[in-house]
Amino acid sequence: MAGQPLVRHLVLALAAAAGFYLLTSVLSPYDNFQVGEIAAYAVALAGLSVLTGVNGQISLGHGALMAVGAYSFGLLMTHTQLNLMVELLAAVGLTTVLGIAVGIPSARLAGPYLAGVTLMLALGLPLLADQYSSTFGGDQGLTITPPAAPGSLDPERWLAWIQIAAALVTIVLLANLLRSRFGRAFRAVRDDEVAAELAGIHVGRTKVLAFAVSAACAGLAGALLVLSTGIVNTGEFPLSLSIDLLAGMVLGGAGSLMGVWWGAVALVYLPQWSTSVAGSLSLGNGVSAYLATVVFGLILIVVMLVAPSGLQGLLRWTGGRLLSTLRWVPASVTALEVRQPANQEKDQESQEKDQESQESQESQESQESQESQESQDKQDRTERSEA
Amino acid sequence: MGLFVNVLLNGVTDGTIFAAVALALVLIHRATGVVNFAQGAMGMLTTFVAFSLLTAGVGYWGAFVVALAAGFVLGALVERVLIRPLEGKPPLNPVIVTIGLLVVLEGVAGSIWGNTSRGFPAAFSQSGIRFGHDTVAFSHFDVFILVAVLALMVGLLGLFRWTDLGLRMRAAAFAPVVARLLGVRVGRTFSLGWAMAATVGALAALLAAPLSSFSPYYMDLYLVYGFTAAVLGGLDSPVGALVGGLVTGVSTSFVGGYLGSSLEPLGSLALLLVVLMIRPQGLFATTAARRV
Amino acid sequence: MRARQGGVRSWGRALAAAATVLAAVVVAVPATSASAAESGVTAHSITIGATVPLTGPAAPGYSEIAPAMNAVFDWVNAHGGVHGRKIHYLYLDDQYNPAKTATLTRQLVLQDSIFADVGSLGTPTQTAVQGYLNAEKIPQLFIESGCNCWSDPKYPYSFGWQPPYTIEGKILGAYVKQHFAGEKVGFLYQDDEFGQDFVKGADMELPASSIVSRQSYDAATLSGPLANQVAALKAAGAKVVMMATIPAATALAMLPAAAIGYQPQYVVSSVGADPPTVGPLLASFTAKGGGSAAEAKATAALLKGLITFAYAPPENQTANPWVQVSRKLLQKYAPSLWSSAGLDGNTEYGVALAYTFVQALQAAGKNLTRAGLLKAIATDGHKFVTPGLVPLSYSSSVHFGYEGGEVVQLSSSAPPAVTPTGSWIGATPLTGVETTSPGAGPIEKYHGGSSKPPSALLRTA
Repeated sequence: MAGQPLVRHLVLALAAAAGFYLLTSVLSPYDNFQVGEIAAYAVALAGLSVLTGVNGQISLGHGALMAVGAYSFGLLMTHTQLNLMVELLAAVGLTTVLGIAVGIPSARLAGPYLAGVTLMLALGLPLLADQYSSTFGGDQGLTITPPAAPGSLDPERWLAWIQIAAALVTIVLLANLLRSRFGRAFRAVRDDEVAAELAGIHVGRTKVLAFAVSAACAGLAGALLVLSTGIVNTGEFPLSLSIDLLAGMVLGGAGSLMGVWWGAVALVYLPQWSTSVAGSLSLGNGVSAYLATVVFGLILIVVMLVAPSGLQGLLRWTGGRLLSTLRWVPASVTALEVRQPANQEKDQESQEKDQESQESQESQESQESQESQESQDKQDRTERSEA
Repeated sequence: MGLFVNVLLNGVTDGTIFAAVALALVLIHRATGVVNFAQGAMGMLTTFVAFSLLTAGVGYWGAFVVALAAGFVLGALVERVLIRPLEGKPPLNPVIVTIGLLVVLEGVAGSIWGNTSRGFPAAFSQSGIRFGHDTVAFSHFDVFILVAVLALMVGLLGLFRWTDLGLRMRAAAFAPVVARLLGVRVGRTFSLGWAMAATVGALAALLAAPLSSFSPYYMDLYLVYGFTAAVLGGLDSPVGALVGGLVTGVSTSFVGGYLGSSLEPLGSLALLLVVLMIRPQGLFATTAARRV
Repeated sequence: MRARQGGVRSWGRALAAAATVLAAVVVAVPATSASAAESGVTAHSITIGATVPLTGPAAPGYSEIAPAMNAVFDWVNAHGGVHGRKIHYLYLDDQYNPAKTATLTRQLVLQDSIFADVGSLGTPTQTAVQGYLNAEKIPQLFIESGCNCWSDPKYPYSFGWQPPYTIEGKILGAYVKQHFAGEKVGFLYQDDEFGQDFVKGADMELPASSIVSRQSYDAATLSGPLANQVAALKAAGAKVVMMATIPAATALAMLPAAAIGYQPQYVVSSVGADPPTVGPLLASFTAKGGGSAAEAKATAALLKGLITFAYAPPENQTANPWVQVSRKLLQKYAPSLWSSAGLDGNTEYGVALAYTFVQALQAAGKNLTRAGLLKAIATDGHKFVTPGLVPLSYSSSVHFGYEGGEVVQLSSSAPPAVTPTGSWIGATPLTGVETTSPGAGPIEKYHGGSSKPPSALLRTA
């Protein structure tokens, strides 16, 4: 049925919401603060994952887009009395407009060229706030008062709920988008632009749409983080933020909407975890601070070398092996690495297919188990433009 | 008029260093298709090695040569250990690895050499050259920078076009499977490409060090502008790297000099967008980008 | 649409996915202590925290301050603590990123249960948490920034310490007006609160007609020489250049100026004029790989004549008891910091700030509460014994620390400042000690003396 994937996503989201509710009820205020941050970063990573993992465009500038969302939200909160939801949506809208503006010229650029443009965007855009410091608050930035928690609820828990709700809504929407014809268009363009164009997909518009969607997510994430910290300031959006977002996305697994949680957890916890690891070696504070960054970098390198599909990919592989070991499911069905001789990029693709529609997942299985479905084949052909 | 000339000359000096960084990035991209985000940090590390040698009393040129050699070794090592295992995997993965390496190298440099302020000596006098009554913003050291990078570019062009090694490197990059069949040691060629690129990067860092506040992060902005320059020039052309570097340097200098230093990156971005709109593959790229 | 039967497998996968999410968060969330009901004070200890840049581009120089403070606290703890309480100083690396500051400060308050936030650094970083700390009633003491925003009745828990930048601008501006009357003046300033406040102060004293050029730079894009700004100043004919620059920028301005033969009178904020900090940065211009003593000699020629502002005794005044005591403290309790930096502007700052806090603890008495500490600072702050040239200005309405100092000139005829990294040009006073307020008030001469270190400190350091 048409609605089945949507229903599944909603049920999943509700289950996760319930889980988060329980979690935030038992955690301390500081931990709830961090859970909220994780949710906000998950939103940004989800958008980036769609852009890069599903649509194949590399962006090193999403920190700048987060800045746009954050400043829009901050300005609205300080100068207007609008409803919180309206302000969030407006911030998202403004960032999306900018995303389209950047996406249109970028649609013509291939990998490293787009990376170069977005890198300079990441460096330059936040500096506009410095240049026009009277509007944007300059060094002191914009301070906002977060919405008060109802009753005697912990403020951190309340804000975390808002952030988690926003994250779950975003992920459900993105999941639905990926399973729609837009999602198929994204993947088709990623795999082979010429073939996609020949199949009737407007490549330019598809790429701009992907960019706009990812910008919307970045804008929302920026606004959500403002809720946590209560301040918007240029210093929060250095070049390293864009780099960290990219790294977090790949750590979790490019193209994986589940993996964004791993990436977000890494972004929030790795710095302090590395600091305590380095600190436990009881060196001077300065040296251990530097060692913390070394640990962070090493983790990026090691994960890329050992688990190139990210942590989510590793998890699925482990889960698959476990299931086949326990003989619940035949090994062939859980094999995630469908190797086509000439192109090893299929690894990534086949893992992404697992996350997509149940139909194409089963089509893979059916191929391995030698069933065939006519309509499945047609879909496979558009997706496997290699053929 | 004096201001205009000075701004122009400052732009040329900056731009030459951007060109050197761009040259290193182009070399690696041409050889292995990877953008090496750790290029600046690798150069930073070898320059710190030179710094240690200098404080230990070794002469400037001795330390210079050691730094370049260290760059060569570092480049080959990084390729063999970190990049080679990712052959065939999605192209984003080596990018993340180089980013991780960037972070690691900055942390290592910070741990070893710490955070105190320091300067790095220049190879030649940094006093401006006198023209009649006036001194211009171009010193012997700036001349050295320009000459060194030009010589490097010419050398690399010659290598790729006229030598056997260059041909093998181009073959390995263009069609590794076929090249292997024809007897080219593709893996070793990749390592050599990285080693050469890292040497270029080490030179760029040595040239930039006297002009900056010498800390583990001093190459970060040079990398960003160098990447811009490489993209401008087309990621596979040494001439493009030089032109891209000079254009980036001069334009950024004019934006900063007349509009304000906060606007320099946006000025660079505007230039980049304008050029790439007209030629999406960069100014001097030899392979046309696919137009759909 | 096809009705693919997924049945058990699809729902199972859905639940597995939900479990993944939950697991991810539960696994990563470390076990935490009970929520912060304790106030960081016990009968035998007090826990304070700070966020400072230990790594990142803002770290060079500033990362020395917290370890220097820790040396003072180690001395205090080695001698029984203050009223029997040992000071535990927890300083975390925020990389000068206000987002990290916001997170780490909450960690300090909610997880580490600090009693007070003492000696955190930076204007954007500390304004990011000013509201939070005041709302939680956690003292935000002796913020390492010269912003005018720390003395604000809306934020009674926040206290500044160093002289506001506006005051430096005023006092130095008045000096320029008096001693360089009629000369053309140019500004070179960092385009943020620091630079803008300094210029605001200078503008209060200097006639507008004498300012011929205002050049700025952005700290985020500072990588190479400020050659364009310097060329513009030269083209405008500025004979005096007032600079509100961090040490790196001071060097990156003086280098191209020397290269084009431009030698104005430099009048530089104390932030960017410390010889042991700026000197090594100038080394590239003057020496080719020489040893540090030779370098120092050569860079002295570049720095000679630079005019700046000092609110504590310059490091070369080795006869000054505070300088002597600070050197001894650092040597004994922070040996690696001593060997890498010695007594330079940053470590001297740290020692002075930490000692101010020790005084505050002493004044607050045995029965230590946050309110009591704040009251002690407000009522007794002006009596604290500190290295400053003027007393602290704390009162119930003023939360600024030092509001004055003296104008000094770097001079090769003065005795040099000796640090483990080399000998550096010394400073001689040009005026007497003066005080003013960050507002429009007049500059007044200060005739009181400065305090001496107490005998306990002299004996046991």
